Amino acid sequence: MQPISTVKGKAYPLGLKNVDTDIIIPAAWLKTISRSGLGKGAFQTLRSVPGNVFDDPAYAGAPILIAGDNFGCGSSREHAAWAMADLGISAVIAPSFSDIFSGNAFKNGLLAIVLPQEAIDRLMEVAKTDEIHIDLETQTVTTPFQDRFPFEIDPFRKHCLINGVDEIGLTLKSSDAISAYENKLSASQPWLSPNQA
Amino acid sequence: MSAPQTLYEKIWNAHVVEQRDDGTCLIFIDRHLVHEVTSPQAFEGLRVAGRRVRRPDLTLAVPDHNLPTTARLDGNGNNIPIADPESAQQLEALERNAPEFGITYIDATDVKQGIVHVVGPEQGFSLPGTTIVCGDSHTACHGGLGALAFGIGTSEVEHVLATQTLQLSQSKSMEVRVEGELAPGVSAKDVVLHITGVLGASGGTGHVIEYTGSVIRALSIEGRLTISNMAIEHGARAGLVAPDDVTYAYLKGRPMAPKGDDWDAAVAYWRSLATDAGATYDKVVTINAADIAPSVTWGTSPEDVLPITGVVPDPSTFADPSKQAAAKKSLEYMGLIPGTPMTDISVENIFIGSCTNSRIEDLRAAAAVLKGRKKADNVKWAIVVPGSGLVKQMAEAEGLDRIFLDAGLEWREPGCSACLGMNPDKVPAGERCASTSNRNFVGRQGPGARTHLVSPAMAAAAAVTGKLTDVRALMD
Repeated sequence: MQPISTVKGKAYPLGLKNVDTDIIIPAAWLKTISRSGLGKGAFQTLRSVPGNVFDDPAYAGAPILIAGDNFGCGSSREHAAWAMADLGISAVIAPSFSDIFSGNAFKNGLLAIVLPQEAIDRLMEVAKTDEIHIDLETQTVTTPFQDRFPFEIDPFRKHCLINGVDEIGLTLKSSDAISAYENKLSASQPWLSPNQA
Repeated sequence: MSAPQTLYEKIWNAHVVEQRDDGTCLIFIDRHLVHEVTSPQAFEGLRVAGRRVRRPDLTLAVPDHNLPTTARLDGNGNNIPIADPESAQQLEALERNAPEFGITYIDATDVKQGIVHVVGPEQGFSLPGTTIVCGDSHTACHGGLGALAFGIGTSEVEHVLATQTLQLSQSKSMEVRVEGELAPGVSAKDVVLHITGVLGASGGTGHVIEYTGSVIRALSIEGRLTISNMAIEHGARAGLVAPDDVTYAYLKGRPMAPKGDDWDAAVAYWRSLATDAGATYDKVVTINAADIAPSVTWGTSPEDVLPITGVVPDPSTFADPSKQAAAKKSLEYMGLIPGTPMTDISVENIFIGSCTNSRIEDLRAAAAVLKGRKKADNVKWAIVVPGSGLVKQMAEAEGLDRIFLDAGLEWREPGCSACLGMNPDKVPAGERCASTSNRNFVGRQGPGARTHLVSPAMAAAAAVTGKLTDVRALMD
């Protein structure tokens, strides 16, 4: 994972609530065995409507997306995060995210920032004309108009994002602890190893 | 004496390998189900990094999402090739990756093949008190057996393959208590649709839900799996039902379930998992069974639920402005006019299947309505897709396939089918489907498809009349 600490630029003012994973990337695009190239399918249904924000030249190449409540609900498909990254999006700001989507976003260095609806309403306005700045270190979203919205983030995720941590590599350092757990488990619940039954 | 704990806390605490200072825990994963769609990039990641699968013995691979549900073998017993080259490539990748990494693979022509969430419980691979993951959001399903089961993304699939653990923060806990007795014609699916309507699509976000109460206790394992399956549709990380004698009777003798002395030890352990008296949840929601009717969705979010006796809502009556806008958009997509009785809505397609409703009890419920009846002429496409080869075998032994075929429905091979529009089973644009699946999202069953989520008995009733129908009108 590439380290990420700030995102600055235009933002797509989508605002829609319950943006589900089928909206982000329809199932027909999930047949790939690679992580790349999914940007073409990103938000396909929304983009089929003329005048949509994704094809509005005012927001071309925006690295930020602003959405409504429950963003990323539905499927566990990480293709949703891959497709958004492939489209050039580095951060989503919404009042809430589905648990699985925010996990997938995190694993791909895509920031999923939770702000209250009032802040979202304000950022939707700002986005029409100006850039938005996200600073992960200070955990703030700011605008050129002195708006300053603090956000919460899990400390472990923050550390991994800023340092671009390879999480599998990190966990593998705990191999001895995992082995100890496995040994304890096979003694207390031998039935959990089906092939040994 | 430790403080009273919930079922969720007990399972969580029993799986902590390490805890960090910030509260993040390394959680051991007992069971990992793998399918073809969310795994190829994970296996590729392992290959690139030169990593192996730590516990292939705790991992089970089975194809389901892409597989066509038409015949898989020709008259000579040879495999029929899959027409879509991308689907074929993804299926071949799993077929190659599983043996390369030492993982048991259930082939598409094996009688044990089926939807991962049907296969796991059926094989006794999914057990109470375990942690179960799969790269699929409906993994919550296995919570019906009392397992902490949840969907993960592909990076986490790779993490579990490499380490048999996940780095997780503990979720909040919620109790959804359903008390009373279900009225005739009301099934587990109606209960979970009703719960989703009450909580909303994000009502459970950040929580693990334990479903309790007399209604849940009275349900079969099939019914409990249906409820827990849709925990994700109200936003929950996972759903749980405490294991009890119904659970043990279901699991005993299944191929991968514990045997002999292990069985007795396992049951003794499972009995200790129930939520202690005095344990508290972060949130409690109580639902009265008498308020639950046969239910149906009208919009494009699973929270858009109505009793079948209801009418299409008027968006302007919603208090929340964002919900007003969403409802307006939903009704445009669904081609519905406010005030229309739900029972006046015609359907051209019927889908009975999916990890929510493709088990033997679901097929029996649909067959009970269809027996001696025919599908309506305006129903162009009606398919019944058993959740596994073993469900199919059992249904055929009971003669259910004959009932479906005689009624004019198709009887298919197991798979995810028309639940998600990535295999050949799709609903045409602009047409409606009474579907026993779990999501009514825009384009879910195919681009432009209009989905109404219902129970198996309600789907069967819609097949008979060609309209959304109150199944109670067709019951003896």
